[in-house]
Amino acid sequence: MSLILENVVKRAGPDTHIYETSVEFKADGFNILLGTTLSGKTSLIQMMAGLERPTSGKIWFGGKDVTKVAVQKRNVSMVHQQFINYPNYSVFDNIASPLKIAKMSKSAINERVGKIADLLKLTAMLGRNPSELSGGQQQRTALARALVKDADLVLLDEPLANLDYKLREELRDELPKMLADRGCMVIYATSEPAESLMLSGYTAALDKGRVTEYGPSAEIYRNPVNLKTAQVCSDPPINTVTVEKLNDRIKINSEIFWTATNDQIKLPNGKYTVAVRAHHVKPSGNEQLLVKISGKILVTELSGSESVAHFNFDGATWISQSHGVHNFDVGSVKDFYIDTYGCLFFDEQGRRVVV
Amino acid sequence: MAVIRLKDIRHSYAANPKEGADWALKQMDVEWQDGGAYALLGPSGCGKTTLLNIISGLLTPSHGDVWFDNLNVTSQPADTRNIAQVFQFPVVYDTMSVYDNLAFPLRNRKIDEKIIDIRVHDIARMLDLEHRLKERASGLTADGKQKISLGRGLVREDVNAILFDEPLTVIDPHLKWQLRSKLKELHGRVGATMIYVTHDQTEALTFADQVVVMYDGQVVQIGTPIELFEQPKHTFVGHFIGSPGMNVLQCQLDQGKAIVAGHQIAVVNTLAAPDQLTEIGVRPEFIKFSKNGMAVDIVKVNDVGRHSIVESKMGDHDLKIMVPEGQPIPSDGAHVIFDTAYTGFYVDGWLQERD
Repeated sequence: MSLILENVVKRAGPDTHIYETSVEFKADGFNILLGTTLSGKTSLIQMMAGLERPTSGKIWFGGKDVTKVAVQKRNVSMVHQQFINYPNYSVFDNIASPLKIAKMSKSAINERVGKIADLLKLTAMLGRNPSELSGGQQQRTALARALVKDADLVLLDEPLANLDYKLREELRDELPKMLADRGCMVIYATSEPAESLMLSGYTAALDKGRVTEYGPSAEIYRNPVNLKTAQVCSDPPINTVTVEKLNDRIKINSEIFWTATNDQIKLPNGKYTVAVRAHHVKPSGNEQLLVKISGKILVTELSGSESVAHFNFDGATWISQSHGVHNFDVGSVKDFYIDTYGCLFFDEQGRRVVV
Repeated sequence: MAVIRLKDIRHSYAANPKEGADWALKQMDVEWQDGGAYALLGPSGCGKTTLLNIISGLLTPSHGDVWFDNLNVTSQPADTRNIAQVFQFPVVYDTMSVYDNLAFPLRNRKIDEKIIDIRVHDIARMLDLEHRLKERASGLTADGKQKISLGRGLVREDVNAILFDEPLTVIDPHLKWQLRSKLKELHGRVGATMIYVTHDQTEALTFADQVVVMYDGQVVQIGTPIELFEQPKHTFVGHFIGSPGMNVLQCQLDQGKAIVAGHQIAVVNTLAAPDQLTEIGVRPEFIKFSKNGMAVDIVKVNDVGRHSIVESKMGDHDLKIMVPEGQPIPSDGAHVIFDTAYTGFYVDGWLQERD
C-alpha cells in the first residue's frame, strides 16, 4: 500500500497549518513524522485518517484518490497520545470492539484478542476494567485495539509520550517488530529526534507546517539537505555559527579558525552557516585536529552515561555532549573542541552545501 | 530550613496489611540534608508520590516517624509544615496577573508589600518572566504557566523544602532542555532543600546531587549519578538508569566461577546459596569487540546518531553493545570482552560487594 500527499494544503481561517506539501511515503517499514508541537504532525495525521479534508491537494492511498473518502470507509486505525478506552468495558472487550463491529465470529475474536494481548503483555489483565490499569497498561490496551484488526493504515500520534521512560524504551523496541509483517502502512508522529532514529524507517522532518525533508531516518540525520532539517533532527539542539571560508582557512573570527578539511577546501570562498551537533563539541581534545573555543559554563546536565554542558560562545548558547560523567563548574570558563569533520555547511538560504 | 528524617517509615493503603504486596512503602529510613538537591526516581507505582505526600503531610504514614530537625511532625497537618509543592500540571489563577500569581503565597502570609515586590521581581528575573508580570496568566502558553507554578513554589524564603512532582512531564522536549537547566540553576541560587520526583533518568541525574532510586515500595540505592551508573547496587538500578539499561545475564556457579553461556566471567566474591538467583550485570558501554573475547551473534545494528546499539546473542542471552560513532562493527565472527572493573555479580538482584 502506498500513501501519497499531492500538493496538500491545510488552512483554518487565517492560519495555514500545512503549506503545500507533496510526499510519497514508503510502503514498507515505519514512516515517522518528526517535529515540535504545532509543526503540523497532527494536521497531517487527521487528513491521512480522513478526519479532516485538505483545503487543496489530493491524498492517494493504494493507488486510489481518497481525499474525499470519510474515515469510516478507509480501513484505518489510530492511537492518540491521550489513551482512549471504553471505561465500562473490560480490557478484552475494549480490544475486541473493532472486531465485533466487523461482525467477526466469536472464536476468531478470541484467537485474535488472545494473540495481540500476549504480544502486548496484557493477557493477565483481560478481565479488568481500564481504570484498574496503570497508564502504560491503558496505552497498551489502546494500541492492542488499533492493531487487532487488519487495518491498511495505522496512524500513531505520539503514542508513547505519556508513558514511563523505560516502558517507552521497551515499546519503541517492540512496536516496529510487531508491525513488521502485518503488511500495513505505519505513520508515527513524534517530537523526539532520538525516537525517530531508534525506530529507524523513514522520517519526514516537519517545521512550522512544512516538510523540510523526507528520507531514511539515519540519512536525513547525518546528511540533511537544509539547516531546518538538521535542527528538527537534533536533540540537544544543534549549534550554529557563521564562518568565512577563504582558500584553505575557515574563520569564525580573527582568532578562531581552522584549516579546511579535504572536502571543505573545495567549497567556493564566502560566508557559510556551520552547524555542529553537540557530541562533536568535545570537552577535551587534540588542538591540532580540533578547533578550540572557550566559553563560560551556564548549565550542566547528566543523562545516564553522558554529560552535557551549555556554554556561551560567539553571542549564543552552545551545547557540548560527551560520554562519561564530567563535572563542569557553572560560571567558570572552559575550553571545548569542535570536531571539524562533524561540521555541516549551509549557504545563506540555509541549503546544505556539499562538494 | 531543616534536615528531614524519615524513620522506619512504612505505608499501606489497605486497612489490615498482611503480605508484602499490601505495602505501598515497605520500610525506609532516609535523611534529607538541608539545602540538598535530591531526585526521587522510579517507575509509575513504585511509591514515589506516596513518599512525597508523607513528607509534605498530605498523608500520615501507617508506621514510623517524620522529623524536621528535632521536631517530630508525623501527625502535623500539611499547612503547618512549611513545604512548597509544585505539581505535574500548572496550577495558576487564570484571572490574576503573573505578578499577583507569584505574590499570592507571600500575601497569604501577610508579608510586607515592599518585600513581596522585591521577591516577585527576583523570581521573575530568574524564570525570564519579568517582562510579562503585568499580563494575565491566562494569556501564557503551557510552559509559561508551568513557570508561574515553579515561581510560586520558589518565591517563599522560609520553606523547609520544595517538592516537585514530575513538573516537566507536559513540556515539549525542546523546552524541557531550558526548564531543566533553569531548575538546576535555581537550586544553586535559592539554596532550599529540593526533592524532585520523576521517572525520567535525565531529569533526575541532571537535577540532583543525590538520587534516591525506588522500586516496588523500597529504596534500592541512594547515590550520586556516577555511582548509579558505575556501581548499580541492584539490577533494577542497572536496568532503569542508562539507555539502553545494563545487560543482566543469568549465570551458573561452578566451583566459585560464574559461567554464562559456557564462558567464565571474571567477577569477585561469587558467594551464593544454591536456591538463589545469580546474575552478571554489565552495561552496553562496558563491552568491547575483541578478537580474543567470547563469541556473539549480531542480530541487529541500530544507528542512533552519536553511537550505534548492537543487539546480539551470546548463547541464549540477549546482549546489547554500545559502539561509538565511527568505530567498526564486525559483520560476522564477532567476539566481545567485558570490562572487569564494571562487571558486577548479583545475588537475588543485589550487587555483591567486592571486598
